[in-house]
Amino acid sequence: MKTTEIVIFTLLFLVVSGLGFVAARWRRPGDLATLDEWGLGGRSFGSWITWFLIGGDLYTAYTFVAVPALIFGAGAMGFYAVPYTVVVYPMVMLVLVRLWSVSHVHNLVTPADFVRVRFGSPTLALLVAITGIVATMPYIALQLVGIEAVLKTMGLTGDLPLIIAFAILAAYTYQSGLRAPALIAFVKDSLIYLVILVAIIYIPAKLGGWASIFDAAKAKFDATPNPGDGPLLNANNQLQYVTLAFGSALALFLYPHSVTGILASRNRNVIKRNMSALPAYSLLLGLIALLGYMAIAAGVKPIGKDSNTIVPQLFDNVFPDWFAGVAFAAVGIGALVPAAIMSIAAANLFARNIYREYLNRNATAAQEATVSKIASLVVKIGAVLVILLIDPQFSIDLQLIGGVIILQTLPSVGLGLYTRWFHRGGLIAGWAAGMAAGMLLLYNIANPATNHAHFGGSAFPLSQLGFDTKITVYAGFLALIVNLVVAVLGTFVARAFKSADGPDGTRPEDYFADQGDPRVHELETTAPAS
Amino acid sequence: MTTPRADRGRNPDRSPLNWLLLLPIAIPLIPPLFNADEPRLFGIPMFYWLQLAFIILGVTTTTLVYRATRRNR
Repeated sequence: MKTTEIVIFTLLFLVVSGLGFVAARWRRPGDLATLDEWGLGGRSFGSWITWFLIGGDLYTAYTFVAVPALIFGAGAMGFYAVPYTVVVYPMVMLVLVRLWSVSHVHNLVTPADFVRVRFGSPTLALLVAITGIVATMPYIALQLVGIEAVLKTMGLTGDLPLIIAFAILAAYTYQSGLRAPALIAFVKDSLIYLVILVAIIYIPAKLGGWASIFDAAKAKFDATPNPGDGPLLNANNQLQYVTLAFGSALALFLYPHSVTGILASRNRNVIKRNMSALPAYSLLLGLIALLGYMAIAAGVKPIGKDSNTIVPQLFDNVFPDWFAGVAFAAVGIGALVPAAIMSIAAANLFARNIYREYLNRNATAAQEATVSKIASLVVKIGAVLVILLIDPQFSIDLQLIGGVIILQTLPSVGLGLYTRWFHRGGLIAGWAAGMAAGMLLLYNIANPATNHAHFGGSAFPLSQLGFDTKITVYAGFLALIVNLVVAVLGTFVARAFKSADGPDGTRPEDYFADQGDPRVHELETTAPAS
Repeated sequence: MTTPRADRGRNPDRSPLNWLLLLPIAIPLIPPLFNADEPRLFGIPMFYWLQLAFIILGVTTTTLVYRATRRNR
């Protein structure tokens, strides 16, 4: 047990939990009992809040723990997170403002809502909703892995601390909705920026400079028999590096929790401005990634076989106890923000696209909000059970699968924002084909290092398709290509057979509407725009 | 600040500067540009510092596009 660290961690954790409960009164909502208020914070967040909210949402505690762990284990390949988070913003900038506009005109809350109104197909919307929920669940579970790594390092073993942490989180999310993570994100990010700035100045100085850190890493990788690791990419994993970064970037804003953050912003300018402000977090992530090499140079050993503990172990080794406590709190609180937003997003999908569509067509706004609040509790309990009952390694595999499957909603959600060319039947066929292809590819990826014969990673060796090469490609990328080809062919077939297509509920100008537009109905409870 | 648009009411996102967004999408995805150890910067291999520098490219281009197409009120 490490008393100083535990005391500081607990203190900061309690302060933040208090904030979570107070958040219900923040920005004066008249009535929290609607999805617009509970699930989207009144759709009123300005640039600063949105920056903290989406930053806290996308750059999760798990990322901060797992990316350095990947660098620690494999080297350059783990740095894919940097190009991934560089290319994503210019790529989605003009797409997301269209999504914002059409969602405001039609009062949409989830990506599946959009598919419903655009393609007039409840079935396709249901598929998108289920895909979103299934992809998000393991992601929430992984946030617990982040907290667990910190607790382990402080010597707190057993499940109870983890359950308490998540119970508090569930309580204030239930009460305050999206306002809770938005408010907590300020504290979380301030702490993380502080810790990382200190870490990248203090630790290299202690370890004899950057050059010796990278030399120590090179020496470690030269000594391993694995040809895929090393401080630089090699001829066989460059394509994997590029397709993984690109595929992950395509997938990022298809996740329901990313969409929640976008829809909660006040107007189009807020989103555009954030696309140039959010890369500040990418810089942070890049610096955090290098902690993996610092851990190598400092001779840090993970606890047991859990490589996720290397960053907490590094902090524990090099920082004084009180600052290690602050650093652990940053990671622990960092898990709460995304976990809250993800559970809200998954709950909204259930309330809007399953409950309202299939179970109670005449649901009132208050009923919808209540169902969503309860669903957010169920989702969190599910995530805790996933962590407690099954091997954490398995939840990492599930998250990997999650990335591949959420990518299969790209044709209907992403391309759907630009074109109505696809037939709903083609999109459903494409989704099914992409899903099947993705699962088949992942099933055939072995990982000798973790002793997995199947689902051992996302790098699919092209040799399995009969090519004489050692080159690997991101499985999600291949599955998406299958999806698109089938969607196009399916559309041609459906047209040829004159199969009925759903009505398009949107008009071209809906995609350009902005705050103050008569088509965008303002919410009366919204705090005055500053 | 912003250039006046003749076609107000049509696509407010349209701007020739939008093409600039292709740069920070394409360049970070070409490994031969950065997959090298030398030259080092403060002891950090090029692979790492250059990819971090691409963040500046992304910020610059998205800022230009934002400024060209933002809506004044």
